[in-house]
Amino acid sequence: MKRFALAGNPNCGKTTLFNSLTGSTAHVGNWPGVTVDKRDGVYKKCAEPVAIIDLPGIYSLSPYTPEEVIARNYILDEKPDCVINIVDATNLERNLYLSTQILEMDVPVVIALNMMDAVEKAGDKIDAKELEKRLGVPVVKISALKEQGLHDLMERAFAESQKERKGTTVLQDTPLAHLIGDVKIALAGQKVANPLFHAIKLVEGDEIEVDMHKETLEMVSEFKETFSDEIFGNDFEALVADGRYKYISKHFAPVLERRSKEKFQMSRSDKADRVLTNRWAGIPIFLVILFAIFHLTFSEDFLYLGAIFGLPDLETLGLLTAEGAPLNYGVRWLACIYDGALFSPGVIINNIWNDMLVGELFGWIQGLVESSGMAGWAVGLINNGIIEGLAAVLSFLPPILVLFLFFSILEDSGYMARIAFILDRMFRRFGLSGRAFMPMIMGFGCSVPAMINTRTLADEKERTATVRVIPFFSCGAKLPILTAVAGAILMAFNSGNGSADLITYAMYILGIVVAILSVLLMRGTTLKGETPPFIMELPAYHAPQFKNLMLHLWDKTKHFVKKAFTIILASTIVIWFLTHFSFAWKFLEDEQINESILAGLAQLLQPLFTPVGFGSQLGEYGWVFVVAVVAGLIAKENVIATFATLGACLMAFGGLDFSSIGGLDAIMGDDTGITAVWAMIMATNITIPGLISFIAFNMLTIPCFAAVGTAKSELGDKKRFNFTLLFWVAASYITACAVYTIGSWWWTLFIWLAVVAAVVTVIVFYNKGKIKLNLRNKGAK
Amino acid sequence: MQKTLDQFVIGEHGVVRAVTGEGKIKRRLFDMGITPGAEIMLRKKAPLGDPLEITVRGYELTLRITEAQCVTMLTPENETESTAGVAK
Repeated sequence: MKRFALAGNPNCGKTTLFNSLTGSTAHVGNWPGVTVDKRDGVYKKCAEPVAIIDLPGIYSLSPYTPEEVIARNYILDEKPDCVINIVDATNLERNLYLSTQILEMDVPVVIALNMMDAVEKAGDKIDAKELEKRLGVPVVKISALKEQGLHDLMERAFAESQKERKGTTVLQDTPLAHLIGDVKIALAGQKVANPLFHAIKLVEGDEIEVDMHKETLEMVSEFKETFSDEIFGNDFEALVADGRYKYISKHFAPVLERRSKEKFQMSRSDKADRVLTNRWAGIPIFLVILFAIFHLTFSEDFLYLGAIFGLPDLETLGLLTAEGAPLNYGVRWLACIYDGALFSPGVIINNIWNDMLVGELFGWIQGLVESSGMAGWAVGLINNGIIEGLAAVLSFLPPILVLFLFFSILEDSGYMARIAFILDRMFRRFGLSGRAFMPMIMGFGCSVPAMINTRTLADEKERTATVRVIPFFSCGAKLPILTAVAGAILMAFNSGNGSADLITYAMYILGIVVAILSVLLMRGTTLKGETPPFIMELPAYHAPQFKNLMLHLWDKTKHFVKKAFTIILASTIVIWFLTHFSFAWKFLEDEQINESILAGLAQLLQPLFTPVGFGSQLGEYGWVFVVAVVAGLIAKENVIATFATLGACLMAFGGLDFSSIGGLDAIMGDDTGITAVWAMIMATNITIPGLISFIAFNMLTIPCFAAVGTAKSELGDKKRFNFTLLFWVAASYITACAVYTIGSWWWTLFIWLAVVAAVVTVIVFYNKGKIKLNLRNKGAK
Repeated sequence: MQKTLDQFVIGEHGVVRAVTGEGKIKRRLFDMGITPGAEIMLRKKAPLGDPLEITVRGYELTLRITEAQCVTMLTPENETESTAGVAK
């Protein structure tokens, strides 16, 4: 099968074109080596099916960012049959800059002039025929969005792919033309493929090439010694870049005929920006949007209608039975949408999914299994091990997807780039750029896409620091742990109303604070370096594409469901076995969990957790919290499922009086895990600081398997990854310890402050040489 | 007298004369179209005063003040000043 690669600038409509060409055949994988999403699919309407490979969006083929290196290596090493270079017609000059570099390779190229509809709408004209003549490769006008010209494009590309093409350059008018010619001949003599491309990169002094062609480099060095340009001196990299743009302005830009002669005119996008990135309104608007997103996703009182109008709940309306269950099927649906307040759309979707769809289906299966007459352990494995586990995982799908939908809208519309613009100043204080904000805020949804998103950060150290702190931005799967424990604290200690929310919010804040402190610490010690540059395009605003959003969400759903049915399913089965079998390989009933393998392991580990408040001081049943932590290492979703099992066991075994809360069924039927945690509190007499420390530890420690795997491939380097694991353990342990000790004995606050002061002093003294240097520089200015 | 891009006021425009700075940053500026001869207008400053938003080669780009310091500009005022100087 022929392979066509799509290359182009970020935001040139490459993804839209890819989706239009491949439709449902697209699938997402990873590039070997560096994890950057690799997407490929099949186009079926040519003479024969063609594989379409979506290369990362890039501005240049410099050696400085991973995406650029990937795209360049793909074209050079994998030798696609044709490169389709997508050029945003509304931004011709900068897009053609990349084209001039691609054209230097010995590969058939077709230029797809995208967004022609937008150009024509503005009243401008582009002479594609003339551009084709000047570039020497086919130029096809398309609109990826309206799916115009796509077939024509593919036909031309297919025809081109039958031919051979030798690289051409636009640098023939520069003073470097002779040198490039000589180096090219030398490389061709050495049987190097793509001699022109390599020759130019070698002249530029490109790090990758310099290592590859050491001998030929001497030619360049000799020439360099005798050469001097009045503006650039002997900076060949600059000369080459300048040569390209000069040629583009002179020969290619004239094909664009603008209706308006005004160079800096106001577009609709500019008018939107006047408000959205306004000096005064910019930050407040951003905060309102962020709040609105979380409100629409998680609030159980949409627009605060319930609180404002004092709406009655279902019980007052007489729609519940004496036991508090809905009166009939209709009321069950109503309960998904309303109970004393209208729920926000995110919560409604969540309720319908969990109560009406997944709940019904799994309940039905569990009923079937129970009446099938299987052995007791098999029923237990299927119903409690597998199905409960799956239900716990699938229940997180709605909030993650809703949150992801909102972030996709922000990203697609172009607002995400403005957020980076607004916040850069703040992030620079921590040694990061405004772009680090996007992956971090995505961390509130799920760490996995957030970590993948860090590839937009060009600086390696910034990227490492960001990947490390992403799990501290409490993800959707950690939220249930927070609400379960917070709810149980309320239930067990009769604290004032509303404090459960307060605990949850406080934990989110704690996560952010620890993230900031960690970044500061890392940038001051192990990841020292210059603040990375922030030179970023602000794409024009446009309405997000429904089709793109849906494809995006579908990708996400597939990923999540796959995770649910593989790693998490496997881990819930493993945990079930560990909790239901003893070291003597004997099957145990639920209530005998204290004899289980897992309990044995947890008892062994228990002393380690004494300093953080849920170790040996909790006595005989204290290991339950350790079990929950261990289960969380596989997937945070497991923690709630584990709570339910543990709670049930404790109730049956620990001799607790559980009639007050509705018995064993109450625990197993309580998806929130609150009752289960309550049982754990009753059995262990854990204190409030101990519980808070427990959730802090869970939130900050090594994230789930999937996130750990992503971090491993994103960080690339094994040593760096191992250090990251250690960092997570240390950060969670220290924070939890601080929370516990300060919560239990307030005066230990002073000890912690003293320790922090000491550490800061040591670091500052250690870095003092550098600080002095900075001051001197400032003084000189 | 020359100005660097960070000294521009909002709405001011001019032509790039030279780009200095450390390799990686300079290359990035070049790649994004800030080369000698390119016309630039300072569009706005971020709410906290930094970074800047400029229009270059028909699109919007954001960069920090520290990066804008690497870009030496020739403004129409510079030109009039110098021609005025000649006239005297």
